[in-house]
Amino acid sequence: MSRDGFSISLASPHAPGMDGMQKFGIALFVLAILFTIVGALGPAAQDPALFFYLGFVVSVVGLSVYTVRTYLNRPSGVQNNHIFTSSLTNRGLWGWALGVFLTGFYVVLYWGSDEMWNGAPLVLLFNPISQGLFNHPPDRWFLYSFIYTISILIMGVRVILKYRHSNYQIVRTCSIMFFQLGFAFLIPQFLKSMSQPEYYFSYFWPLDYDLLFPSSVNGLLSSGSLGIWMLLISAVLTFIVTPILTYFFGKRWYCSWVCGCGGLANTAGDPFRQLSDKSMKAWKIERWMIHSVLVFITGLTILLWVNSCLVGGIFGDFSHSLTKVYAFLIGQAFAGVVGVGFYPLLGTRVWCRFGCPMAAYLGLLQKYFSRFRITTNGGQCISCGNCSTYCEMGIDVQSYAQRGENIVRASCVGCGICSTVCPRGVLNLENGLTHQDRENNNPITFGNDGVGLDTGFGN
Amino acid sequence: MTAQKNIIIIGNGIAGITAARHIRKRNDDHNITVISAETDHFFSRTALMYIYLGHMKYEHTKPYEDWFWEKNRIKLKRAYVSKVEPILNSILLDSGELLTYDELIIASGSASNKFGWPGQDLKGVQGLYNYQDLESMEANTKGIERAVVVGGGLIGIEMVEMLRSRQIPVTFLVREASFWEDVLPKEESEMINRHIRSHHVDLRLKTDLKEILSDENGIARAVLTGDGEEISCQFVGLTVGVHPNISFLKNSGIETDKGILVNEKLQTNFSNIYALGDCAQLRMPREERRAIESVWYTGKMMGETVAATICGQPTNYNPGIWFNSAKFMDIEYQTYGYVSAHLKEGEESLYWEAEDGVRCLRIVYESATKSVVGFNAFGIRLRHQVCDEWLKNRTHVDEVISNLNKANFNPEFFKKFVNDVKFKSMRK
Repeated sequence: MSRDGFSISLASPHAPGMDGMQKFGIALFVLAILFTIVGALGPAAQDPALFFYLGFVVSVVGLSVYTVRTYLNRPSGVQNNHIFTSSLTNRGLWGWALGVFLTGFYVVLYWGSDEMWNGAPLVLLFNPISQGLFNHPPDRWFLYSFIYTISILIMGVRVILKYRHSNYQIVRTCSIMFFQLGFAFLIPQFLKSMSQPEYYFSYFWPLDYDLLFPSSVNGLLSSGSLGIWMLLISAVLTFIVTPILTYFFGKRWYCSWVCGCGGLANTAGDPFRQLSDKSMKAWKIERWMIHSVLVFITGLTILLWVNSCLVGGIFGDFSHSLTKVYAFLIGQAFAGVVGVGFYPLLGTRVWCRFGCPMAAYLGLLQKYFSRFRITTNGGQCISCGNCSTYCEMGIDVQSYAQRGENIVRASCVGCGICSTVCPRGVLNLENGLTHQDRENNNPITFGNDGVGLDTGFGN
Repeated sequence: MTAQKNIIIIGNGIAGITAARHIRKRNDDHNITVISAETDHFFSRTALMYIYLGHMKYEHTKPYEDWFWEKNRIKLKRAYVSKVEPILNSILLDSGELLTYDELIIASGSASNKFGWPGQDLKGVQGLYNYQDLESMEANTKGIERAVVVGGGLIGIEMVEMLRSRQIPVTFLVREASFWEDVLPKEESEMINRHIRSHHVDLRLKTDLKEILSDENGIARAVLTGDGEEISCQFVGLTVGVHPNISFLKNSGIETDKGILVNEKLQTNFSNIYALGDCAQLRMPREERRAIESVWYTGKMMGETVAATICGQPTNYNPGIWFNSAKFMDIEYQTYGYVSAHLKEGEESLYWEAEDGVRCLRIVYESATKSVVGFNAFGIRLRHQVCDEWLKNRTHVDEVISNLNKANFNPEFFKKFVNDVKFKSMRK
């Protein structure tokens, strides 16, 4: 175990020996990152292209070479060896260090001053892509969006290689990468470059919490016909498309196929998914928290409209202050700082599980109006615990599977990893024929003909 | 309403714990005590390998959180039972403590086989059954250069996978001509042979162990095979099956053979003592089934059965259609009904194997009636309920094949096998 104790490998904690190609990839990555850091200390402001291409881009290439080589060196199949003996993925030294680093990054990103960020060489480094593609200078939000997208793409490739024995994971990850690149990066940036509202078609209310605030609505309405269309599309997505798709497919169509938050969790966050808390206590806290956030944002939106109609008659500045509280506590501190910064400490879906109002809304639809369920395959469960361990939402999947019960949980995002890691083919994500046929109740092991409900079970 | 009973369960594995849980589900009043020398809490034995692989920690293999037992008033006791005295309705613990019971359930599981090989008790030589075995395997495989695993069965291949996960070169000695050939038909067995070799394992078929050689410190340094070859190694895994763990019952008056002899109600020769799981041996096993069924699922079913009996609902052990599962490195295996290594007289089978060589399906049926009697699936997942129904109803093989899609339990977007199987059956 000592040999693996200091492994910081994300790609495969498996291989103590590296071949030439892996060594080359890592060397390229480290040298290019060093070069990028040198640039970010100052010189990148003068010659961004040099540091962007030779630094950042080359580092991405180096990392990709290493990752591809590492996974293709292994036969396809579940590749979770050494996850709990590796420091990075088991809250060891490197996990702690990375958690602090990411959290610090988010704190500086959200709450750093404009003087600090504007014209910083680290931001200017991305000038070639920002100016080149979109014709506007980069700011901190461009930097963030670009790095976010690149993370999903590179780590998405890693996920595809890691889970290449599962076509569900391959197709799903391609979808995540597509929506992030197109809908959460290229389209908004192009819109911005055409002086249109920087609109994200893949985020809508209540996740994009201020989208239906009177100020945003008025803003969109006043920005011409495209703005009106955007508003209409958001309303349709929230109130019509979401319930329909969730009825047929469960909340996974959004949380695990479209959403960028889920997208980052399932790509960059994949090495940390096993760190989620599976206790009953965590589940209780989860239900209180996530539904409170949904109530908060719904109430706040209504309040703002009432206030807007009455021109501040009753609530005065109160609703505005509440908005600020929400933006700070939920929008920034929770979704960003804790949600991503704490990946290596609390697991990947902390935000999706405890805070996201969209997930709460989808969850209620999934629990009460959906055909989706995870089917348990008769009596085949051996209670090994892999499904629960690798559930990023902290669902104790096994507690259902070992009772032969289907899993119908509001929080399940349908990532499908429980089914992928199950060694006995017990779990399957299914859209049933009706809403009613999803729950089953088999207190006795399937196949045990001697003991049935008719023998008086359940007294 | 039955009177309150004092129930003691020896063993906190799946059989004993299932009994405890189901007794509590049916009855609020009985006192339930579970005694184990192995661990404080119930864990999944089948998951031991995943701890070594680093997929999970010990905590993850516990199917219930620690508060569960107190909440359900199931008392857990960590102790070794040294003696059972049926006449006095009492058991003696190694601590000297004496406990009395109204009903006793023995679910003491198995112990690893050793067949008297010279050197089998050297340091670095072990089986893999309980938690202590896992701990010693962790210690015994540190920094070693080569390991030898003896025995071509389920635990053997698990041990091979465990060792390979740490890049330890492994020689796998299998006495038979092919892996697990007393259970698997030729094609399936050969598929697994190929798969083992694709994981860079030195698989030696038709090779048996003659002796384990010691170094000057009493640690294994090599094995000697039946062919006289000396293979240098620092760890030897002996995975040649298990036997009921019942040595503590010697002279207790409880009738035993290989295991504890029980009737159809899982009762021993004492009416208030039951035995279940790996350690129980049915006096009258049903046709097609073994007297000792040491698998997870039957342990679970026996626990449910005994709970019903003890709670005033006398119930016979009556498992339905046989099923089982395993995973051979990357290849999942499920079986339903009866597929024997060599087709029985009057049986035929349809065998389909994918071009990738890691997925196959065998459907066995009676030649005369064409009723299905068994399924073997490798690398594909079949729906338990559907197969069970087909087997119970002795469904015609043509009907099974034309409705095969109903039994498909593969995840969405997986390669379809149903049409390939149909095509194969048409050509036949």
